[in-house]
Amino acid sequence: MAAVAPVRRPKRRSIPVGRILLLGFFLLFVLWPLYWMFNTSIKPSDDYLTVPPVWFPSAPTLVHYEAALFAYRGLDGLINSLIISLSATVLSALFGTLMAYSLARYNTGGQHLSFWVLSQRFLPPIGIVLPVFLIYRGVGLYDTHIGLIIAYTVFTLPVSVWMMFAYFRGMPKSMEEAALVDGCTRWEAFWRVAVPLAAPGIVAAAVFAFIACWTEFFFALILTSRTAFTLPTVFRAFIGFQGAQYGEAAALAIVSLVPSIALGVLAQRHLVRGLTLGAVRG
Amino acid sequence: MAEVRITGLHKRYGAFHAVRGIDLDIRDGEFTVLVGPSGCGKSTLLRTIAGLEESSEGTIEIGGEVVNDFRPRDRDVAMVFQDYALYPHMSVAKNIGFGLKARKMPKPEVEARVAEAARMLGITPLLGRFPRQLSGGQRQRVAIGRAIVRNPRIFLFDEPLSNLDAQLRDEMRGEIKRLHQDIATTMIYVTHDQIEAMTLADRIVLMRDGLIEQQGAPLDLFERPASTFVAGFLGSPRMSFLPGTLKLDGSAAAIRLADALLPVAPGRTLNGATDGQPVLLGLRPEHLTRAHAAAPAQGTFRYDATIDLLQPTGSRSYATFRLAGSPVMAELQAHDVSRPGERLPIDINMNRASIFDAKTERAI
Repeated sequence: MAAVAPVRRPKRRSIPVGRILLLGFFLLFVLWPLYWMFNTSIKPSDDYLTVPPVWFPSAPTLVHYEAALFAYRGLDGLINSLIISLSATVLSALFGTLMAYSLARYNTGGQHLSFWVLSQRFLPPIGIVLPVFLIYRGVGLYDTHIGLIIAYTVFTLPVSVWMMFAYFRGMPKSMEEAALVDGCTRWEAFWRVAVPLAAPGIVAAAVFAFIACWTEFFFALILTSRTAFTLPTVFRAFIGFQGAQYGEAAALAIVSLVPSIALGVLAQRHLVRGLTLGAVRG
Repeated sequence: MAEVRITGLHKRYGAFHAVRGIDLDIRDGEFTVLVGPSGCGKSTLLRTIAGLEESSEGTIEIGGEVVNDFRPRDRDVAMVFQDYALYPHMSVAKNIGFGLKARKMPKPEVEARVAEAARMLGITPLLGRFPRQLSGGQRQRVAIGRAIVRNPRIFLFDEPLSNLDAQLRDEMRGEIKRLHQDIATTMIYVTHDQIEAMTLADRIVLMRDGLIEQQGAPLDLFERPASTFVAGFLGSPRMSFLPGTLKLDGSAAAIRLADALLPVAPGRTLNGATDGQPVLLGLRPEHLTRAHAAAPAQGTFRYDATIDLLQPTGSRSYATFRLAGSPVMAELQAHDVSRPGERLPIDINMNRASIFDAKTERAI
């Protein structure tokens, strides 16, 4: 019998079952709490704890949003949080960039200053919150926006500095030197060459600082009361002696997510872009 | 256009003494190459001239003006960096025009000068691109464009070709030489590559351990090296060094290498030489040729060599043999020799040979 030539089967595209399962599970893991939170925020109060759960309310309602934003002053908290977090983020990025550049390029303070900066975060916040509270009350910063902005700037600066320090360290010096020879002052070389190149690092540090400020609870709780209170502190009102206000808590949580997600989307492009590509030999 | 005068220059980094007292005069329009092994201080010297490093001691004058306390931007120099140092966030046109803009030149003039520089370097079609979209050679051209557009008093080059592949390096070397011929501005060029130094320089400054070992026209250094270091650094393949002793007999001098006695060319001055002094005889491959004439010419020593290593390059063959126990390389015509083990008469041109003191390794 003549040997039969092996028939070459067209290669079938295999379905990556494992990958789909893994991604599906991960998606469920991430989205389920969001769904639950959103669902709770539009459920009438009677549907919170039913068995079986109400998967989607037949009569969605916005009453919890109204209550959370106005009755519980969630909107004021949101505005305060935006003012304080954005200001602290900008200041932290500004000072962090300047300080990190100085550490990276001039070796300011020798080899120990940079680590000393980071070491400030080793201190548990509870260790300083009481003295800070007393000082703030003494100098009139208690329950003010500016007071919390200062506290948050100081609080986020070590991480901003450290992130930017690493970034500047990794950037070749020669481009700034070329700018100096080309006719720039030290400041212009920093501003027109180093800063644009460090943009991805600055954005990353800023996002980090913003998230830290946006979610900060402890300092806000101690250092503010009726005026400069931030969004996270509003949440504690939802667990009171009338029981838990699930709907209002969920509604405010949804609202508080919006800026973080918007920031993430805006910053993503910068976070990913590698600007230094092609600068030096490739 | 300007001359450069460096007097008593030192540079220390903490305990490390990178430049240890340099005196150097560079004439207006001269192409000077600072060459030496890595760590010899040549880049530090260049960066000090640019103002990117502060000198620890000594003065730097550009165009008759002491510039020690000038910022880099006020020295009116342009520099091409080893890694090109293009600004990655700017287009090629912006890169080239950056220095002019930084000096507040009106925009139409910036554009005109950028266009002219781009035309000179043949990179006009690239003006709208970004550095990451360019090849190595194109980036190098942009970096040179950024330097020439400013029309500076001095050009500084810090190993500009070392990141390019061999073929492109040859090409760019020619272009830099042509650029110097065209614009005739003072250029100071750092390299560790002796071929670049020999081909580009009006004057070579050969450095070693933070000091100038020898300076002069390329052929002067090549033909009359002041030390074994200079002799060994310039020329490829390297000069061969043979240990021997000097024989002085009245006006005639010779070098004894084991059983061979090689007469020193008559009329050659031997500074401070003494009879029996241990010396090193330096022979370049091109000082040795296959003997064709019946008798050796004046100043030539004939030796019956047994070739033990042959390296053909096509047009030439490098043949290694032993002379008084030491390996010597001869540059022969390809048809002079066919295989290792061959015996052939070699003429050694003692007129061009170098003689060094064996202890100090300085030329005598």
